[in-house]
Amino acid sequence: MGKYFEALGEALPFMLDGLLLTVELTIGGALLAFVIAVVLGMGARQKNIWVRGLCRTVIEFFRGTSLVVQLFFVFYVVPQLFDIKLPSLWVGIIGLGLNYGAYGAEVVRGSINSVPSGQWEATTALSMGAWQRFTRVIFPQAWALMIPSLTNLLIQLLKGTAIVYVILMHDLTYETDKLRTDTSTYFAYAVGLLVYFAVAYLFTLVMNALEVRAKHNLGRGESLREALSFKAPTKETAGASTGGGMG
Amino acid sequence: MTDQPIWSWDATWEVLPKLLHGFFTATLVVTVVSTIIAAILGLIIAIIRRSAPKPIAAAFTLIVNFIRMTPIVMQLLFAYAAFTSVSGLTIGIIIFGIHYSTYMAEVYRAGIEAVPPGQWEACTALSMSRARTWVGVVIPQALRATVPALGNYAISMFKDTPFLVSISVVEMVQAGLAYGGSHFRYTEAITLAGLIFLAASYPTSLLVNRLEKRLAYTT
Repeated sequence: MGKYFEALGEALPFMLDGLLLTVELTIGGALLAFVIAVVLGMGARQKNIWVRGLCRTVIEFFRGTSLVVQLFFVFYVVPQLFDIKLPSLWVGIIGLGLNYGAYGAEVVRGSINSVPSGQWEATTALSMGAWQRFTRVIFPQAWALMIPSLTNLLIQLLKGTAIVYVILMHDLTYETDKLRTDTSTYFAYAVGLLVYFAVAYLFTLVMNALEVRAKHNLGRGESLREALSFKAPTKETAGASTGGGMG
Repeated sequence: MTDQPIWSWDATWEVLPKLLHGFFTATLVVTVVSTIIAAILGLIIAIIRRSAPKPIAAAFTLIVNFIRMTPIVMQLLFAYAAFTSVSGLTIGIIIFGIHYSTYMAEVYRAGIEAVPPGQWEACTALSMSRARTWVGVVIPQALRATVPALGNYAISMFKDTPFLVSISVVEMVQAGLAYGGSHFRYTEAITLAGLIFLAASYPTSLLVNRLEKRLAYTT
């Protein structure tokens, strides 16, 4: 066993590089996914049939095809079609962002729809402008509703990043598989899986903290202490169906 | 841009049978068998977590969370490396079944919790055995609410099957990549694979949503 830890010590810098890449992909993918989710989610609520139809089509397209297919499409087909070579990190972020952005769009749409109509009426009564109404009244409330579902999606996204090693990226999965040659299968994968678990746990804690803060800003919710528990702070759901569930 | 056409119909007709072959021999097999495994295993996990002694239930919760929160790709790679005598397809079916059972266990949990407490009390009043309470009263009511959600997980498992690429199972996407690698043309193979996924999963998810509405109205 001591030999294994020695090998792990030697592999540690590579493991950390792999971990860094995994975290970069997760955060980059999540940020892109969030932007796409808000744009598509808002678009899917518009009265104009063309805007709504376009957004729905894009959402259903990316939800209906598989994450891996989309990733390979960006990796193999996009360069062939447009004669450009994207850096692999971009390929990963774009593939993950598009897929989870489409799932997130449903969360955003559902959460905005769940904001009580009285809130909309109140903004009209106060003659707020469209931008002010949205940023000051509607979105903060929808945001608190959508965080639990977004947390699930974020963990899904983190786990989805593990596939990028097939497009030749040296992420945590790749480095774990390499550690296997110097140690044993069981040891290497135990380390790798524990690291993924720890990262997922950390992301969950951060999102729970965000949820507590979002609720606190709305005058609900108590303290940040609940954010330290494993479960989401409340059983309240976003009222948003993620439809196909997890990508 | 190379001198190749953007879309070649020759390549399309050449790769389509390979994709469909992979679809029927691996993609569909894994989806169907793993869904059945996951649905049964998930129910068992949900029941154990609810009725087993506290320490056992807590240990189960930890294991389930660990499986849920780690990538299925890595679980596939691990099982593939650890059990070398087992075929990739079998590994895939088992790992997909176990991984998704942890999601389905949550669905069952919600369904079981939705059964009114009065039902449990009635069973006690009628002095039904524990097993009979579960099988005769609780599970039938819980299942009604959970079937649509299980359907959604089956669909997302279907879309996750290309993860099997990591352990070289020739499902649809692997078949497409093999063709692309030998002909230096990925466009048709990957696009078609995506369209086949869309053609299979979108109508199914519409059906599941309709089922959800129907079951919701009548309960």
